[in-house]
Amino acid sequence: MMALSPVAGRAMASALAAAQAATKRPSVIWLPFQECTGCTESITRSHSPTIEGMIFDMVSLDYQETLMAAAGFQAEEALHAAMKENHGKYLLIVDGSIPLGLDGAYSCIAGRTNLELLREASRGAAAIVAMGSCAAFGGLPNANPNPTGAVSVSDIIKDRPIVNVPGCPPIPVVMTAVLAHFITFGSLPELDGLGRPKAFYGETIHDRCYRRPFYDQGKFAKTFDDEGARNGWCLFELGCKGPVTYNSCATTKWNAGTSWPVESGHGCLGCSEPDFWDAGGFYRALSMPAGPMQMLGAAAAVGVATGAAVSFLNRAKKNAAKAGHETTTLADLEK
Amino acid sequence: MIMNEMQLLTWVRGPGLNLAVGIFVLGVLWRLFEIFSLGRKKDLSAPRAAPGASGLRTILRRTLPAEGMLKKAPVTYIAGGVFHIGLAIVVLLFAPHIKLIQSLIGVSWPALPSQFIDLITIVTLVAMLVLLADRIMNPVKRFLSTFEDWFTWTLTFLPLLTGWLAVRHLLLPYTTMLALHILCVELLLIFLPFTKLFHAFTVFGSRWFNGTVNGHKGVAV
Repeated sequence: MMALSPVAGRAMASALAAAQAATKRPSVIWLPFQECTGCTESITRSHSPTIEGMIFDMVSLDYQETLMAAAGFQAEEALHAAMKENHGKYLLIVDGSIPLGLDGAYSCIAGRTNLELLREASRGAAAIVAMGSCAAFGGLPNANPNPTGAVSVSDIIKDRPIVNVPGCPPIPVVMTAVLAHFITFGSLPELDGLGRPKAFYGETIHDRCYRRPFYDQGKFAKTFDDEGARNGWCLFELGCKGPVTYNSCATTKWNAGTSWPVESGHGCLGCSEPDFWDAGGFYRALSMPAGPMQMLGAAAAVGVATGAAVSFLNRAKKNAAKAGHETTTLADLEK
Repeated sequence: MIMNEMQLLTWVRGPGLNLAVGIFVLGVLWRLFEIFSLGRKKDLSAPRAAPGASGLRTILRRTLPAEGMLKKAPVTYIAGGVFHIGLAIVVLLFAPHIKLIQSLIGVSWPALPSQFIDLITIVTLVAMLVLLADRIMNPVKRFLSTFEDWFTWTLTFLPLLTGWLAVRHLLLPYTTMLALHILCVELLLIFLPFTKLFHAFTVFGSRWFNGTVNGHKGVAV
């Protein structure tokens, strides 16, 4: 893992081996709320450690709607049994935001609202992983005007350690690495101000981007199909949010290190940052206005009108002075 | 709810910029209209010919130090010149700035490499600090300085400093520093039309006017 010493690597290997040897593997419960299953899709692409390797050897994934064989009552029973048996010890993973509108009716599982489920499950959790930008920051459901009143896990739960693993979706190996860290050390990794693991969210995409030299040289692609784009120049002018996005896409890449968005020719959307849907548009350069400049016309009109009014006053003053001017005659001076 | 850094950045790029540019345009048009509508009395005297006396000559002449002045006030001329040229380069030739100007008024031009801009920024910051130190230490300058002089120095210095800190990733995370940088620029835009910083719009006009009036009287200045 990034940012850990080689000694930690050995500790991690032996801890993971111990987890494999143990008769009882640590319980993991995954609750899906207002989400798109993209985070689950992403974690299944993790190549090291793999999700199947983790499920079979390291953790007991007791509830994950997409991956579990059980459904309906059986699934809910497994959830409650796991929460009861491992009270205070299980790791709770949440993907998706929690809608608070209409008393939470926008998203229910087994007839219960996400809010109710989260509160119940968090009580016995050793720690919570808010997987993906929706769980971490509210994500897409939270985008303006936020019709469902969607909020993040940390907006609701205040008394449990929470680690945010944002991204839409997060990088597969980052997701599994955070789990591996928890299994190895029994604690959460070092976090930044937004609750994200510093190891993966410590630097911006821009600073680690292989196209950075082109930014520094002032070489920019102007369209997605011009010569600059074909030469692999910087995508800043096409709206890349790399400069303000903290994530490790540029270093870990995706799909077992195959590629990542910027390498495939598209700018960074900033998906691991809060409110990335409302940050002024994906295709507007970061230095461009985030919204329409509505005041310009009115401001110009008011400016000219004020200038005209002031000039009118000045003229009136001048004319008054002229009218009030008394001619001095020789006789006046000799008085 | 307190704004997070991304919300602050989006605010300064959106409503904040809208407001600041609005006040800037309003103020600039107001002041220009007011100044030019003042008018001048018609000069009825016959023009006296003097070779080289013209508005254009005065614009150039006052850009360069008068004879002997460079020795008398080297800091004012050298640091002042370096600061003004440096500021123009940083503001007008840094790629993200050009992109902003292009999105506002539709014209663009080639940018300079960002490392070069970085170097010019440091030189400009140092020149401004030297000018500030001189204003504090030189008794005449200190005596002549009012609140407006200190205030406008700060308004000009902060955008440069925060922009440089943002690019260099110093003190605060980039997102926060970038938001502060844009916020400082917006403060500058808001106050520019109503302070002595308005010389950015009037300097050449007033020099040309003085040169023409003096030229009419036969004085080449």
